[in-house]
Amino acid sequence: MNVPTMAEMMAQGKQPEVLFWVGAAGSYDDRAKKISRAFVKILHEAKVDFAVLGTEESSTGDAAKRAGNEFLFQMQAMMNIEVLNGYEVKKIVTCDPHSFNTLKNEYPSLGGKYEVFHHTQFIQKLISEGRISLNDTTLKGKKVTFHDPCYLGRANEVFESPRDLIKRLGVNLTEMKRNKQSALCCGAGGAQMFKEPEKGDKDINVLRTEDALATKPNIIATGCPYCNTMMTDGIKFKEKETQVLVKDIAELIAEANNL
Amino acid sequence: MQYLPNIFFAIALVAGIGFFVMNIRKLIRNIKLGKDVNRTDRKPERLKNMVMIALGQSKMVKRPFSGFLHIIVYLGFIIINIEVVEIIIDGLFGTHRVFQGLLGNGFYAFLIGTFEVLAVLVFVAVVLFWLRRNIANIKRFLSSEMKGWPKNDGNIILYFEMVLMSLFLIMNATDTAFQTAGIGNPISQFIAPFFDGFSSEALHIIERTAWWIHILGILTFLNYLYYSKHLHILLAFPNTYFANLNPKGQFTNLDSVTAEVKLMMDPDADPYAMPEEGAEETVPEKFGASDVTDLNWVQLLNSYTCTECGRCTSSCPANLTGKKLSPRKIMMDTRDRLEEVGENIDANNGVFKDDGKQLLNDYISPEELWACTSCNACVEECPVNIDPLSIITDMRRYLVMEESAAPQELNMMMTNVENNGAPWQYNQQDRLNWKDEE
Repeated sequence: MNVPTMAEMMAQGKQPEVLFWVGAAGSYDDRAKKISRAFVKILHEAKVDFAVLGTEESSTGDAAKRAGNEFLFQMQAMMNIEVLNGYEVKKIVTCDPHSFNTLKNEYPSLGGKYEVFHHTQFIQKLISEGRISLNDTTLKGKKVTFHDPCYLGRANEVFESPRDLIKRLGVNLTEMKRNKQSALCCGAGGAQMFKEPEKGDKDINVLRTEDALATKPNIIATGCPYCNTMMTDGIKFKEKETQVLVKDIAELIAEANNL
Repeated sequence: MQYLPNIFFAIALVAGIGFFVMNIRKLIRNIKLGKDVNRTDRKPERLKNMVMIALGQSKMVKRPFSGFLHIIVYLGFIIINIEVVEIIIDGLFGTHRVFQGLLGNGFYAFLIGTFEVLAVLVFVAVVLFWLRRNIANIKRFLSSEMKGWPKNDGNIILYFEMVLMSLFLIMNATDTAFQTAGIGNPISQFIAPFFDGFSSEALHIIERTAWWIHILGILTFLNYLYYSKHLHILLAFPNTYFANLNPKGQFTNLDSVTAEVKLMMDPDADPYAMPEEGAEETVPEKFGASDVTDLNWVQLLNSYTCTECGRCTSSCPANLTGKKLSPRKIMMDTRDRLEEVGENIDANNGVFKDDGKQLLNDYISPEELWACTSCNACVEECPVNIDPLSIITDMRRYLVMEESAAPQELNMMMTNVENNGAPWQYNQQDRLNWKDEE
């Protein structure tokens, strides 16, 4: 699929409308790569002039920072900022709430000031600008529940954009008992994704999956590649993978519109 | 001789308030042991937070039942305390129900009547609180950090309030003149019949005794605050005012690290440079926090403000799944260690003498710190905007940057980020391969 890089754009003397920050998961994780591709399909459909950094993109340093390694975070941040500022990037969109949070909140004081969007906010904007429409989707009538990613919801108070998109798909959105401000974490945040959990009596993703299953959904929608992994594992643990799908909102939109 | 009660009252009042002020000064001294952080910007927003969250209890009612009961006790506490003003004037000048003459019968009846109704409501609410704490098996009151003193502390406060409210009503019920006038006694008129057979002498003694125990009880309770979790009734206000206003996901960027990273990335920097002639030899700043004095003053204020309600812990994903981490315990440990440091300073003529202990390990274990998902549920839940996550983060920073003591898997993750710009071991040159797969 056609995914231009900033370097190619620059060689042609062009400045894209927005930079798509793919993130480590979106670049390397097999499940999350599908989300990246689904989002690119939407960008193509809306004829958005975008580019990625490609091999010039490096970890935002988010996981290092949450783990306590401020040195590594700031090294990564300053390297990325040098690249981003070199390309005079103004707008960034990402499918990863962790990248979204750190680019939006933690990069500015280090010299990286950009307008940063989570992909659900960006797609919502495309719809309101009339650049894409979601009519007569194939998901009509399906029962969907949405898991709020902590770094999108509580951390940045983006609760409505993902819900607005889900509702536009004509599906039946059912909230979990713990939602929005009081949503339960999937268990991946704070660098937990990269380590075994401490001793306890249950895994967090299993508890959150139970929250989701209580709504008897056909689909668990997420807006974060790490939440996606955790919920997918939870569904497998509960042996429900034949009945319940875990999907990113970008995938739902792309599939529902046969993109 | 007739002034003896007035003199005794004045002494009790001065001693009670004086001792309290002394402890409050100690408290402020301890909070100032923390590092500086600027929380005086954006004053209108801060004021709004204080008015909404502390004064208006907006976060308390997120849990409707306990929130409703809390509002009753809170309103009762504030409104019934108007009565204390009258008690103090009466006590100092030997008057009796001085406001009755000053305010006129009608308004006085309305005031005391309101206080009586509130006193009953508070009493009922406090009994329900006691049942919740001791009988109802509510998980957040049964955690391991709530054993012993914290549990007793919670109950002592409730007993105090039950006794104070009862004394207020008994005092009114046995005030013969007040009952005869029959105004402002919507509740005490039903208590008065219990004392029907008593002589007027006996009634007077009971009334005076209740009056004295009531005011002495209030002074005792005031001084109990400093030794208990109950300081929140005062500190909730500054705590919500000085709370973090940035998005919850935004962690601080350590300035000390920025300086070093900039130096590392500066191609013109001389790695072997000697310090400039005459430049003061500075001890490199410690990264992160291993003790309370490494935290900032707002974090220390947070620890004194915590009233151990446990809403944080009951929403913490790590705690809910049986891990050791409890955000409430993080706050309690911080406060207990700060108290220990404060007592050490008092015992050593104003200078802290190394006691071989610190917040890390002696109070909070790495296992607790590493169980955190940084999900901000605890911060969101706290009815007075305490931020346990910031303390956890600062302590992780110490573990990683000063002790290199991260769990092995996290070290691998960080090595990967350093070497190939991703938490996993993939080649950076493969970063765009996803576009052609499928």
